[in-house]
Amino acid sequence: MIKELHNKLVNKKITAVELAESYFARIKEKDGEIGAYLTLTEDLALEQARKVDEKIFRGEKIGIMEGIPIAIKDNLCIMGVRTTAGSKILDNYIAPYDATVIKKLKEAGAVILGKTNMDEFAMGSSTETSIYQKTRNPLDLERVPGGSSGGSAASIASEEAVCALGTDTGGSIRQPASFCGVVGLKPTYGRVSRYGAIAMASSLDQIGPFGMTVEDTAIVLSVISGQDKMDATCAQSPTKDYTNYLTGDIKGIKIGIVKEYFEGLNGNIKKIVDDTIEKYKKLGAEIKEISLPHSQYSLAIYYMIMPCEVSSNLARFDGIKYGLRINDKQSDSNESGDFPQTLLETYLDSRKYGFGDEVKRRIMLGTYALSAGYYDAYYKKAQKVRALIKQDFEKVFEEIDFIFSPTAPEMAFKFGEKTDDPMKMYLSDIYTITANLVGIPAISFPIGMISEKGDSSKKLPIGGQLMGKWFDEEGLLNAAYTFEINK
Amino acid sequence: MLTKQEIKNVAALARLGLQEENIERYQKDLSGILDYFKQMEELDTENIQPIGHIAGTSNVFREDQKKELDEKERNAILKNAPEIKNDLIKVRSVL
Repeated sequence: MIKELHNKLVNKKITAVELAESYFARIKEKDGEIGAYLTLTEDLALEQARKVDEKIFRGEKIGIMEGIPIAIKDNLCIMGVRTTAGSKILDNYIAPYDATVIKKLKEAGAVILGKTNMDEFAMGSSTETSIYQKTRNPLDLERVPGGSSGGSAASIASEEAVCALGTDTGGSIRQPASFCGVVGLKPTYGRVSRYGAIAMASSLDQIGPFGMTVEDTAIVLSVISGQDKMDATCAQSPTKDYTNYLTGDIKGIKIGIVKEYFEGLNGNIKKIVDDTIEKYKKLGAEIKEISLPHSQYSLAIYYMIMPCEVSSNLARFDGIKYGLRINDKQSDSNESGDFPQTLLETYLDSRKYGFGDEVKRRIMLGTYALSAGYYDAYYKKAQKVRALIKQDFEKVFEEIDFIFSPTAPEMAFKFGEKTDDPMKMYLSDIYTITANLVGIPAISFPIGMISEKGDSSKKLPIGGQLMGKWFDEEGLLNAAYTFEINK
Repeated sequence: MLTKQEIKNVAALARLGLQEENIERYQKDLSGILDYFKQMEELDTENIQPIGHIAGTSNVFREDQKKELDEKERNAILKNAPEIKNDLIKVRSVL
């Protein structure tokens, strides 16, 4: 889709300003219903588009991302633009700098349309914990778009953006991509700089692209990846043009299937998964059954490591330098009527009224597990089990190139279906969290549609997930691309 | 199950003002997740090195750099502070 638009721009079938305006028109028409965006950046977008048009007018060559409209998850800082992370505590925060990915997108000439809705601080699998609004699944308005990058996925599915950026800590790009029928990529940990991303769990977080097609995500990844001196965890890997690796030829690749992953899987989803595996065989892939003996512990250690890192990262929100501060009578959110007199009370009240329930639950758990006397039994133990899971993957990657599974054990669910029971919500991450724990790249792409029992009129998408070796985004993208063009 | 007092202690450590009516829910939720983690006890991890950087990067250094901010940049930062006095961020008394 990006290439198509690029050609239209180059051949002067449309100007970049017209393209941007057509997307804002679409957003104004559709977004009241969908709720994908929290903030629109029309001035920034049009200014960027004008620059691109001037270049084209002068007969200069333009890059592939120049003039392409993109949506940005609201936990990525854009200088001068409100950045909330879906939380009340950052309601008034205007980022004073650009995240590295934003700097790179601006330099590449991308047209930033606005900031998209998300679960508060990216904690959730349905975008329902955003304190601002609901985002509806464009394919069925009674259902969630997935989360936490639900706004970014929905913006593409509703054609309110060409591509988008999200963040993925345990599946927050891939699961909404699956629910909305689009493509989402979580790169290798360290492939993309996290500077300027509002941190959730620093050993798991990665920024990645959404697109309508695999090729679009490859184009965006090529722009945003690469080493960054502002992020010491960012790997020293050269920037590549990932589209060069989309050959459509996967003869001889080896795809691993984990048998335990499919136990208890819904029959209709199982069928689509089996059909996809058959398709891969026909395309020349070798399918191998593999075993990951420690993967059964993934969920338990994820829900230990993540809250520990959350409690540490979110300690910075204290009502002092930026964000919500509760300390005077003007605040209408202080129901108790007791106004803080001391610094300590400012902390307690700002965090009490600034954070939502899910965020507090994770801060509480993480603080408990990291408190004196418990660290070894919880965080350290979890990081050791994580090493065992990583060893499992190192071993299987000696024999195979990719691992295939569904992205989520379900299609998009209805609003409110899982909000009462955190464990139920956590289980929808079962297939996605291992890639974050192990640090490998993983992609979700549409593999079929299913309908709800007894109602064949409405069909909803199911995503397939491929996980690849560390820093093998090129192979991973090609494997997904080859399926996509032969669907 | 964690006791009410334990929940209060954790909230104090986290600098999180606690609503009395939520204490019971935290007792239940936190204990549930901690119990779920108990299955880890069956794994012998005695000689396993815990994970540092998952993709293997270590000790990345760069020189510290000093950058003078101009007034616009300084204002962009200060503008986010809840209370300012004479270009300084104002807070309540510590004692």
